Amino acid sequence: MGLTDLLPAIARVVPVARVVTASAGLAAFESDGLTTFRARPRAVVLPETAAEVVAIVRLCAANGIPFVARGSGTSLSGGAVPHVDGIVIALNRLTRVIEIDPIDRVAVVEPGVINLDVSAAALPYGLYYAPDPSSQAICTIGGNVAFNSGGAHCFRHGMTLNHVLGLKAVLADGTMVALGGRSLDAVGPDLVGGFVGSEGRFGIAYEITLRLLPRPAGYRTVLAAYRSLAAAGDAVSSIVRSGLLPGAMEIMDHLAIQAAEAAVHAGYPLDAAAVLLVELEGEAADIDAQFVDLEALIRASGAYHVHIAQSAAERLAMWKGRKSAFSAVGRLSPDFIVQDGVVPRSRLGEALVGIEALGRKHGIRVANVFHAGDGNLHPLILFDGREAGAHDRAEACAAEILRLCIALGGSITGEHGVGLEKRDFLAEQYGEVDIACMKRLQRAMDPGDIANPGKVFAS
Amino acid sequence: MKTFPASLLRPATMAEVQEAVLYAAPGVGPTTRVRPVAGRSKTALHHPGDGVIVDLAALTGITEYQPDECTFTALAGTPVAEIERRLAEHGQSLPFEPPLAGRGATIGGTVACGLNGPGRYHHGGVRDFLIGAKFVDGEGRLVRGGGKVVKNAAGFYLHHLLLGSLGRLGVFVELTFKVFPAPRERRTVRVACRSLADALAALDRVRRSTTDPDAVELTADGQVMVRIAGAAEALEARTASLAAVLGHDPSTVTDGPVVVPAADAEAWWTASRDVAWATAPIAKIAVTPSRILALDAALAAVGAERRYGAGGDAAWVGWPRPWAELDTLLTEHGLSGVALVGPAIADPMLGVRPDEAFLARVRQTVDPRGTFRG
Repeated sequence: MGLTDLLPAIARVVPVARVVTASAGLAAFESDGLTTFRARPRAVVLPETAAEVVAIVRLCAANGIPFVARGSGTSLSGGAVPHVDGIVIALNRLTRVIEIDPIDRVAVVEPGVINLDVSAAALPYGLYYAPDPSSQAICTIGGNVAFNSGGAHCFRHGMTLNHVLGLKAVLADGTMVALGGRSLDAVGPDLVGGFVGSEGRFGIAYEITLRLLPRPAGYRTVLAAYRSLAAAGDAVSSIVRSGLLPGAMEIMDHLAIQAAEAAVHAGYPLDAAAVLLVELEGEAADIDAQFVDLEALIRASGAYHVHIAQSAAERLAMWKGRKSAFSAVGRLSPDFIVQDGVVPRSRLGEALVGIEALGRKHGIRVANVFHAGDGNLHPLILFDGREAGAHDRAEACAAEILRLCIALGGSITGEHGVGLEKRDFLAEQYGEVDIACMKRLQRAMDPGDIANPGKVFAS
Repeated sequence: MKTFPASLLRPATMAEVQEAVLYAAPGVGPTTRVRPVAGRSKTALHHPGDGVIVDLAALTGITEYQPDECTFTALAGTPVAEIERRLAEHGQSLPFEPPLAGRGATIGGTVACGLNGPGRYHHGGVRDFLIGAKFVDGEGRLVRGGGKVVKNAAGFYLHHLLLGSLGRLGVFVELTFKVFPAPRERRTVRVACRSLADALAALDRVRRSTTDPDAVELTADGQVMVRIAGAAEALEARTASLAAVLGHDPSTVTDGPVVVPAADAEAWWTASRDVAWATAPIAKIAVTPSRILALDAALAAVGAERRYGAGGDAAWVGWPRPWAELDTLLTEHGLSGVALVGPAIADPMLGVRPDEAFLARVRQTVDPRGTFRG
């Protein structure tokens, strides 16, 4: 049965009103957050229940039809780009928070639940969901699980993987599996950890059990402005060395500051070469004591301006500026490429110097926003796509930045995933044996190679 | 190494581990199974019926450690105690406090068993601090999962699939961890409750409070031990707010909350990590606070010793009966556990087993001929 015959079969699983085939409807699904890659799917199916998801996957499996699961389409690596001969299974209607258990401190959710909505549901119990990707107001938990999303607070709290305790999924061949459970201290192989970050290539998680944490009693959020990017980087190294354990440590460079300030008016100093945001969290007495040390370190690091958020509203504004940085850069340049490389924290300075040199070499402006505590860089490579050759130069610059990260002992992606964008580089980061093992695993999970085919590595 | 048939091999390099696995792999070498061991702290995992024992004790040493980077890499046979000493010299630690370190546990065994100590509650567990690993699979291939940086979303997390697999999917040879600064000061507050139910109520208050403890453990007779860590100047105020959360209502509390003298507290937590309080064979059970009371009643009925760690997410048990009976009990309760110390058992997993459909696909990937299969 080909796709044309499959659609009536799908329409027996979900009402035909939830099967989109008209080109106007399909256009919205052609790309994700990385608009360089585009493909129009043959259909978009909008299941509303886990049972419908399983039934659709089984139809695809039985007929060899490629499918791409999609949440809000915020992937920055082309991870949710459709397959031209396949369907998109849009999970945005699976938005039930099935359970908040305040005693065991877990949330059980469907994959279409928005990241921030988990915390909203947990709020009445004084709990929250820690991972906070910048897109957390729109991105979904299903996508976070597929790409092991990060965020600003990974330094202390880790990535999505560290907060997923269990999940139920339908594998690409239609097999239903239940991995992990509700305990923080699981026994047996960490199969959940093996599923997280698989970029949709194993199947679709339709129920996810998340760890909830008590909301911190308080925060101290500090903004420090520097005359050089290197000085801000050194400040991070000295904070790491000091034994303090902030919730987050973020740096933005001059260009990124201009963009964020224009977009959000977060109060960032426009003349700074770099700003460092550091946030302590915990009980008042503890963060007060830690803050004394933090302030001394920051003063000693050559910051020319230090400001402490005076209210919850001001703290949120500081974070809003940081979290809006990617979209704000759109004000500086008609087009840009976001990179997501990781380098060892002690080589951050080297990496920044290297990126600057690469920008000069290619005649391209590069803005920098990064999770400094984790060594996770987000160079924003600015170009004008209307200018002949500009896109190619930007791509060439991006490729050299990725290779720089690998050469420094790091990774091509810290939190955005490989997707379509970085799959040619995976083999430079891992050895042949490692990649072969990953491919065997993918084929074991998806013998027909129909689940998000072409992502992570070419099929 | 292949020249002398043996049931115990002691490889000293990764290449020798590969050789040893191929020596024993079914259809390749003379025997049918490989079982990795190292510190021998978890005696229940090594069944006499196992084929070739691959002892990793000689594959030892910290191969990379940059304190500024807050990461280290060690060979699988490196004792946890050695790693902790080295980290402590630089004011750092593995926050999940690998258990059984005092009994000789190695870092490879800790990862292979997926075990956590008291610090699991606050900071995360071994699955959260392991950032990369090399392992030898059932075909003798040396495979790397993850890397050496703290954030890495590139490729599948192969190392996670083997974490907790008890050496039944492959053998870890090298592990890379992130570490945290060691807590500046610690203080332990104890409260004794009238019953485990009262202790669980106190636990619940602590878990949902903003007191931010780094470890919480319960004894079956209703003691709650809460450890806070952080800046010394703040401990007095934090102790007061913790005591208020724990409460001292005489209808539920018989003693405390009191601050435990530092030396006694240290000894208590060390004994907890080493499960030194248990006199019977030791098992660990994955649980959650809401299920402790029912489990505890069942365990008490057969005379098992019990403590609840990781803030109520782990049950550590001294089990006086045959393992098969604990397997049955856990199955009835819908829980999973693992036999760790005591009589060897062919399949140390107890109770509800991992998803077989998924696991079979992992086996097909890394151990198609069952070299490591239990």
